[in-house]
Amino acid sequence: MSGETAVYEPVFTGAVLAQLEALYPKYPTKQALLLPALWLVQEARGWISDGAMHEVAEKIGLTAAYVRGVVTFYTMYHTHPVGRHFIQVCTTSPCGICGAEDVARALVEQTGCGDLGSTSPDGRFTVIEVECLGACGFATPILVGDDFIESVTVERVSEILARYP
Amino acid sequence: MGYPHPIHPKETPVLSTHFGEADARTFDGWVKRGGYAALRKALEMTPEQIVDEVKASGLRGRGGAGFPTGMKWSFMPKDTSRPHYLCCNADESEPGTFKDREIMRWTPHALIEGCIIGGLAIRAETTYIYIRGEFTEPYHVMVKAVAEAYAAGALGANVFGSGKRHDVVIHRGAGAYICGEETALMNSLEGRRGNPRIKPPFPAVAGLFGAPTTINNVETLAAVPHILVRGAAWYAGLTLSSPKSTGTKLISVCGHVQRPGVYEITLGLPMKELIYDLCGGMLPGRTLKAVIPGGSSVPIMTPAEVEECATDYEGIVAKGSMLGSGGMIVMDDTTDLVYQIMRLAKFYAHESCAQCTNCREGTAWTTRILERLLAGEGKASDLDLLLELSEQMTGKTICVLSDSCAAPVVSGIHKFRADFEAYLTGAAVPAMAEV
Repeated sequence: MSGETAVYEPVFTGAVLAQLEALYPKYPTKQALLLPALWLVQEARGWISDGAMHEVAEKIGLTAAYVRGVVTFYTMYHTHPVGRHFIQVCTTSPCGICGAEDVARALVEQTGCGDLGSTSPDGRFTVIEVECLGACGFATPILVGDDFIESVTVERVSEILARYP
Repeated sequence: MGYPHPIHPKETPVLSTHFGEADARTFDGWVKRGGYAALRKALEMTPEQIVDEVKASGLRGRGGAGFPTGMKWSFMPKDTSRPHYLCCNADESEPGTFKDREIMRWTPHALIEGCIIGGLAIRAETTYIYIRGEFTEPYHVMVKAVAEAYAAGALGANVFGSGKRHDVVIHRGAGAYICGEETALMNSLEGRRGNPRIKPPFPAVAGLFGAPTTINNVETLAAVPHILVRGAAWYAGLTLSSPKSTGTKLISVCGHVQRPGVYEITLGLPMKELIYDLCGGMLPGRTLKAVIPGGSSVPIMTPAEVEECATDYEGIVAKGSMLGSGGMIVMDDTTDLVYQIMRLAKFYAHESCAQCTNCREGTAWTTRILERLLAGEGKASDLDLLLELSEQMTGKTICVLSDSCAAPVVSGIHKFRADFEAYLTGAAVPAMAEV
């Protein structure tokens, strides 16, 4: 699998392990740490590899198959490497009636991603279409990494992309 | 206030009074604005007294179902041999709804205070606030506010020196609309796929981690401190129509209005005033085509239904829809309603957890039939087929996601049949030629 080193380097060492361990007293079961643990992996590595799923399973006392079943249920966990800047654009009806599909098209074209879900050849951007981002009054909202940007129009796309080298 | 707009004279700002004020986000700033006085009062009350006060206020769940909050709390057992949990549902993802987001962004301590008071009422020492993964800013604001609340002694082993314990844990979702359904939310929190659970058992009997649990929406909990400070009678008196719909409600209005935003109204305000006065009405040269008043899961309303409608639980039901979450989608005459209904069906098909056949298959087939219609390849029997399918998707599954997909389809065909027929007769230009 691309991006996977031959020898798997564990995520949960040092500071990341300490972050996970700090969560233990907050929940009565170990399994409740699964979503937080997966977030820690994604923050550290950018995506969740097979190796990481095995490591999380081991740490939490689940099987790797169970962890995969959970990872794939949620749309925000990446099971493949993504661009340096991960862009999520809402095209659900409330934004759709305000021009969101044009914004999505402009993002795909101007990032060079070619298609929704793809990564630009230079590895800079990945653009995906998502369902409702919960900011319908500020159409069109997009997420670039952790940055939530409201009221994006086709005209604003190039200026916004320029902020993310 | 009609965030991000100034307060309109027809609004009743209670929860939204301090939206937009950065200082209100801090513990000290919140105390300066009267914050945490309700908690100090609640610490002197018995759980029964808190529940009775909230019952008397008439507060109903603001997440969509509108169940009386005090009654929900009273279902919790008094026996505390097992831990009790309060869950705050901050997984706001119903298309059209964006009110809880502003509560968390601007008044995080109002929510924390509501959680502690709710915890006292149901004898829970822990609240889990489940925030949808996409809400990055509200998440960071809440995490910071919780840390401040611990440092100030509002949270922890000895809340304001009362000897009572309360902890708040912020738990981040990871992208799944269905996790806003309360039993799916609990599964997700437990580290599982977000599949809804069959009820019974109800959460008050066996909920989170198998323990007695109450799940409340963000707006519901944020309203509680105001009720304790100003009194149940004051809250119950806030109504412009039905005595069953009391208090204020945040209505998030989006779509084709001049001023989309989050407005706080006294329940019962005429919907027409909300759309034309508060939101400034339609864009220039456009006319109203349809309104989805309570998030995308409720039936579509016609302009005639909007005309005489009171914006409250009973008023909207009387006009053929529901208040739901208060997420109002306004559509003008430029809207291709058939396309937008397909788009909503596609949303539900994407978000189905896929455990019930009628939902997994029904949402997908509904989408495909609508796409076929839009491509100009529909059959005369398709509208009846959609209605028949919708009937099989209503009241037949573990949760109501399937019903939610059927609602806009059924109401759309019944109320806007000509729009659908235009695609059958060729009067409408195929909107999805590329499909």
